[in-house]
Amino acid sequence: MSAVTTPARQASGGVNVKVINRIVIYGLLALFALFYLMPLFVMLVTSFKTMDEIQNGNMLALPKAPTFDPWLKAWGETCVGLTCAGIKGYFWNSIKMVVPAVLISTMLGALNGYVLTKWRFRGATLVFGLMLFACFIPFQSVLLPMATILGSVGRFGVTLQNSIGTSFGLGNSTVNLVFVHVVYGIGFTTLFFRNYYEAFPTELVKAAQVDGASFFQIFRRIMLPNSMPIFVVTVIYQFTNIWNDFLFASAYAGTGDSMPMTVALNNVVNTSTGVVEYNVNMAAAMIAALPTLLVYVLAGRYFVRGLMAGAVKG
Amino acid sequence: MSTVATSQIKLTPERHHASVRSRLQDALPKIVLAPSFAITIVFVYGFILWTIYLSFTNSKTFPSYVITGSRAYQRLWGWTFDTDPPSSWYTSITNMGIFGFLYIFICLALGLFLAILLDQKIRGEGVLRPIYLYPMALSFIVTGVAWKWFLDPGLGLEQTLHQWGWTSFHFDWIKNKDFVIYTVVIAGVWQASGFIMAMFLAGLRGIDGEIMKAAQIDGATTFQLYRRIVIPLLRPIFLSAFIVLAHLAIKSYDLVVALTSGGPGGSAWLPSNFMYEYTFKRNEMAVGSASAVIMLMTIVAIIVPYLYSELREKPR
Repeated sequence: MSAVTTPARQASGGVNVKVINRIVIYGLLALFALFYLMPLFVMLVTSFKTMDEIQNGNMLALPKAPTFDPWLKAWGETCVGLTCAGIKGYFWNSIKMVVPAVLISTMLGALNGYVLTKWRFRGATLVFGLMLFACFIPFQSVLLPMATILGSVGRFGVTLQNSIGTSFGLGNSTVNLVFVHVVYGIGFTTLFFRNYYEAFPTELVKAAQVDGASFFQIFRRIMLPNSMPIFVVTVIYQFTNIWNDFLFASAYAGTGDSMPMTVALNNVVNTSTGVVEYNVNMAAAMIAALPTLLVYVLAGRYFVRGLMAGAVKG
Repeated sequence: MSTVATSQIKLTPERHHASVRSRLQDALPKIVLAPSFAITIVFVYGFILWTIYLSFTNSKTFPSYVITGSRAYQRLWGWTFDTDPPSSWYTSITNMGIFGFLYIFICLALGLFLAILLDQKIRGEGVLRPIYLYPMALSFIVTGVAWKWFLDPGLGLEQTLHQWGWTSFHFDWIKNKDFVIYTVVIAGVWQASGFIMAMFLAGLRGIDGEIMKAAQIDGATTFQLYRRIVIPLLRPIFLSAFIVLAHLAIKSYDLVVALTSGGPGGSAWLPSNFMYEYTFKRNEMAVGSASAVIMLMTIVAIIVPYLYSELREKPR
């Protein structure tokens, strides 16, 4: 059941009390809405102001003469480290990293969930438990070994490049990050699909087996067509997490042209040469936020469901 | 639950001349799962062991594989508060204590409070809920840009209030080494409390309406109803929310980087920042690894009992 209204007996206490109650409740809710919206609001209005207006005006005021220049400058001209070609390249870096990482980890998660629920074997719970715990480790405890391995792989890639003319992507920062995000993402994707398939009627799978359907046929014809909601949840969850990641990105692609968006943004904001262009910084931040913000606006419901699934049901 | 594999054996009597093909069919599920499992074993558990190993060496800039005992741990704990400024490790764990406690406590309190308010048949709930929750969808590297600005005494809140005529207002926590960690708490609460609200709200919606009605008929006031009946019923949510928050708190990293770049003299560091700085910037790999091991142990102490009970409870 949803709301608990003031008990009926209190109605005799007067309509006034009730009205005041409602005003207080709505007032508080509105106040908190302002608290949560404030940073986004400040970013948005500042990104449309001129530097002049920022220095002389109020942080919360709407732009008097909205200008799109900070956005253009952030996209195409602002300096990240020593290169001054805007953040567009880093935006694409993030896209190139996110898309394969999300697709691979989601697909693996779906297969794992299918095996762990419909083809149980002895020790399946232990396997799942081990994969699940991997979701919770602080990544600091694997950061350094992974850096060492990626370093060796990179050197091997250079050797290949020199001897046979191609490195097969070994040592490429984007490839590295895709790999890292798949490795540390399958725990979550497996969890999502396992919990979803747990509730899926096993009788259907059995019936298909009797009819002679193979392992992959059952997966493709029966499981996949019924998995749309969990696919949406998983893809959104992975997309948001990987796009927003900063720790792996700064450890494994912290310099040069291959930085993902988050690292580049942090560099833009912390560059301390000359006048700090707050409007350009805010525009860059808005651009970095747009993909996840868009996903959230369009499919926030599924995003929340993913967060809950990752949190509530271990 | 009877497994699919057993029923398959009954259905295919010709299985005893198990051809290679059918044996492959039987093993297929395991073959499909194997790569993911192997990856987890190597890149999670293997790497954890590797990190533990490194913490017992004297690795500096490059890993060294000669065990030299627990020197790294002794160095971590041997540094004291007596030095001025206090050693980075003690600063980090003190900050972790302050941040962890306030972050978890305020998020729980605020999350529950907002959930109860939103549960009063509010018009526009569909608009408010996403507003409370969106910070969780954005990277703090992004929203930190705005927070940093907002908290900066020369630009943000202080400046704004001065312009509005309250010239004696003073708010420079972000530049003050004793208070900078509290700005991290504010930003952390801002980011996660909406999510905790959503967890509590889901819990409230799951409570049986009959119980509430019965209590109301017995003459309980709204306050009594919540204190005596609703909040005790939400206990499982408190536990889940606590686990989520504790785990987020220990992993917090971007929060400090984006908001304070570490704070004046590293005064805003959390253990995660300490680990990163010592491992990758200060060439103290063994010390960095030791701090990572301590972080991991803390998480294990919180998560393992929880996961164990969650996985065991499920009916088979």
